[in-house]
Order: sequence, then C-alpha cells, then structure tokens
Amino acid sequence: MVPDDREKIEEKVCLAVPYRIISKHGIKAVADVFGIRKEIDIRILDDVNVNDYVLVHAGFAIQKLDQEAAKTTLDLLREISEEQI
Amino acid sequence: MKNKFKDNSQLIQLLQQVDKLLTLSPFADRQCNFMEICGTHTVSILKYGFRNYFKKRINFLSGPGCPVCVTSQKDIDKVISLAQMGVRIATFGDLIKVPGSKSSLEEQMALGKEVNVVYNPLDCLKIADETDEEVVFIAVGFETTIPVIASLILDAKKLRIENLSILPLMKTIPTALNFLLTNLENEIDGFICPGHVSVIIGERPYKIIPEKYGIPCVIAGFEPVDIGLAIESLVSQIRKHTPIVDNRYKRVVKEKGNISARRLIEEVFEKTDVEWRGFGEVPASGLKLREKFSKFDAEKKFNINVKSSPEPEGCICGEVIAGKKQPVECPLFAKKCTPDTPIGPCMVSYEGACSAFYKYGEE
Repeated sequence: MVPDDREKIEEKVCLAVPYRIISKHGIKAVADVFGIRKEIDIRILDDVNVNDYVLVHAGFAIQKLDQEAAKTTLDLLREISEEQI
Repeated sequence: MKNKFKDNSQLIQLLQQVDKLLTLSPFADRQCNFMEICGTHTVSILKYGFRNYFKKRINFLSGPGCPVCVTSQKDIDKVISLAQMGVRIATFGDLIKVPGSKSSLEEQMALGKEVNVVYNPLDCLKIADETDEEVVFIAVGFETTIPVIASLILDAKKLRIENLSILPLMKTIPTALNFLLTNLENEIDGFICPGHVSVIIGERPYKIIPEKYGIPCVIAGFEPVDIGLAIESLVSQIRKHTPIVDNRYKRVVKEKGNISARRLIEEVFEKTDVEWRGFGEVPASGLKLREKFSKFDAEKKFNINVKSSPEPEGCICGEVIAGKKQPVECPLFAKKCTPDTPIGPCMVSYEGACSAFYKYGEE
C-alpha cells in the first residue's frame, strides 16, 4: 500500500484503521501503519502504551485491539486498496 | 499467524448452518428482512456475495448507516449557502460531490469558493489559525465521529479561536432505529448493528430493540466470517424466539463502549430534533452544542436562510435508507445516476448503498 492509497482510505468517513503506537506525549502519540508514521490523538483512550495497537478513526484512537485483530483489519484494508480504489 | 476471520472452511460451515435453519419454520415459506446499519457492512455484504448467496431467502436492507446519505437535502443546501456566503468550508471528502437542490460543493469550488477537505476535524484548528477568514466545519457523523468533533470544539475554546464554527449535522444511531420501527412501515426481522459506532456506545443502547420490539440485534465486524456470524446469530435468535443484543465484535466492542468518548460528547453536546433524509424529523436523534459553546454554532453565527427542499426528482435515496426499496428499483440507477454523475447521496458516498450496488453489481 502506498501513502496515497492510505489517504484515500482514510478519507472515507466511517472506516477505522489499526495503528501501532511508536511513542506518546500527552494526548498525542506517533503511530505507524504500513510503515507510514503520523500523529494521532489518544485523549479518548485510557492507558495507551507504546507498541499497543489502536483503532484510529478521523485521527483519533477510539479503541485498543489485540495484534491478531489488528492484522486481520490491515489485511482487509490492503484488499480494499488493491481492489476498490 | 492463522487468520481465523478469513478461514473459508469456518465460513462455509456457518453458511451451511444458516441454510439448514432457513429451511425450518418460521423461515420455510417467507423471506427474512435483515437491515445492516453501517455502510461498510453494505459493502461487505455485496462484495463477498452474501446477497446473491441468500437470494430469495434473506433480503438485505441498507439502513441509515452512511452519515453523508442521511444528511437531508435542506442541510446540503445550508452547506452550499455557507460556501456562497464566502466562508471557508472544511469537510470530509464524501460531501464534496453531493448535489443540493441547485449546486454541490464541487461546483462551488469550481466557482472559486474555498473548500478544504479534512480527514481529522482537528485540522480545522490549523486552517482557522492560518487565515482571517471564517472557517466552518461541516459536522456530519455518527457516534464514532462525534467525540472527535467534541474535541475540536473544546480545543477551539481553549485556544480562543474566534473564526471557527461547525454546522452541527450529527446524528445518533439507536434513536434512528427506534424511529424506523415505530414510524416507518417496515418489516424488519433483525438488525446488523454498526461495528465502530458500537465501539463508542457499547451494547446497551440497542437493548430497547429486542426488549420493546422483539427484534434481534447483532453487533458485527466487517470480515466475511463476521458477516456470516451475524447472519447465523439473527437466524438462530428468530428461530428460538430469544431476541437479544448479541455482540459478535467483542475484539473491539466492549459492553459499555468507550466511556471517555461518551463523556466528551456529553460535555459538549445535548440532544435535539433533526431531519434525516428519508425519515423526516426524528425527535432527539441529533446533537446540538450546549449553550456555553453556542458561539461555535455556524447556524447561529451566520444567518442561514434555507427553505425545505424536496429530494432530487426521481431519486429514491430516502426510501433506500428507510429500507423500503433497493437501489436497483430506482429509475435513475446506473442510467442518469452513476458515481461519475451522482444525483443522490447514496451514489456519491463510498458507503452509500447505490454506490455499492453499482460497484459490485446485482444479479
């Protein structure tokens, strides 16, 4: 997946994408998906730690998820980016 | 690692189980009507072939699960009116192409009006900071997005940003489902409830549906096996007469949802009556800013004078959202109305039922 595809996916209103937390500072964190890093907001999620997977919607981490669930969703997103956009 | 949610043999077993149940009473001589609330579920149901597989046995109805699609024509006209006033519009990308009665944001952009597409509503803070112009964020969205919009308001207040406001068009899902069952003529046998709205609200708000109407609800993920599990749960519940809220997306959806997010929503917004496309006005199904944040309300800040407008001639998006008709029943579908030349919002949005039907076909 290339960055442009990720942007296209993220523009869709309701999709949520799993990210891995790389570092955190206050209510912000740096997170990674497909090797692309960006800043996300973690204010509505308690107890977020580095290396946690979180579901990100509109720039906000909305829930934590386990690694397997994160990988499943990432596979689905890869498919979407390959087939639908 | 083995991906259990894509395991075909598990899905095949599930489908066989559903097939077996569907030959038994009370399904033997009638079609079930299941409504999916989330547009991404609509896409999955079509994409993975569930609709064709269960043809004549299960009728999947696309419900009010796309925030762009449920935005009324009058509200789209308000957005256009704001653009024409010369304020800088910030919006999610899906809204750009949705036609109002006379124009779309895309057309306004072509006429030189300022429209910024944002993915994260907090980007509006930066836009407002970099300009002296008035910036209005078009706040569409359900419970998944509303905490983010609440955060935008709190940050704008804290940073004392004066040239930013929102057009509040947010809507809440459980109230809409209750309204669907009470006020619109439907024969819904079960709901596939939205995964990511449920991340925020949890299981409880849906409980009124099985308790008051005897209709089962399943909170589902978006993988093929997730959809299969949801269908199996609905059919089993109907067969056993034990309607409940069954959470089949526990890997992400907790019973109580995201409490911090719900607190944020509560702090910034209060319930209000709002108009939904296809439903009309639904009491207490929307959110408005609490009084202490009212200076961020674009509707109050700018004198928007827009009259009610009918939906585009021939367009049945309203009836599709209400589960009364399928996109292919629309005389405009794939003829005058295509993703390149959309007439109604359900053909514009990636999550819209018409767009999904167009993309994945219907046999």
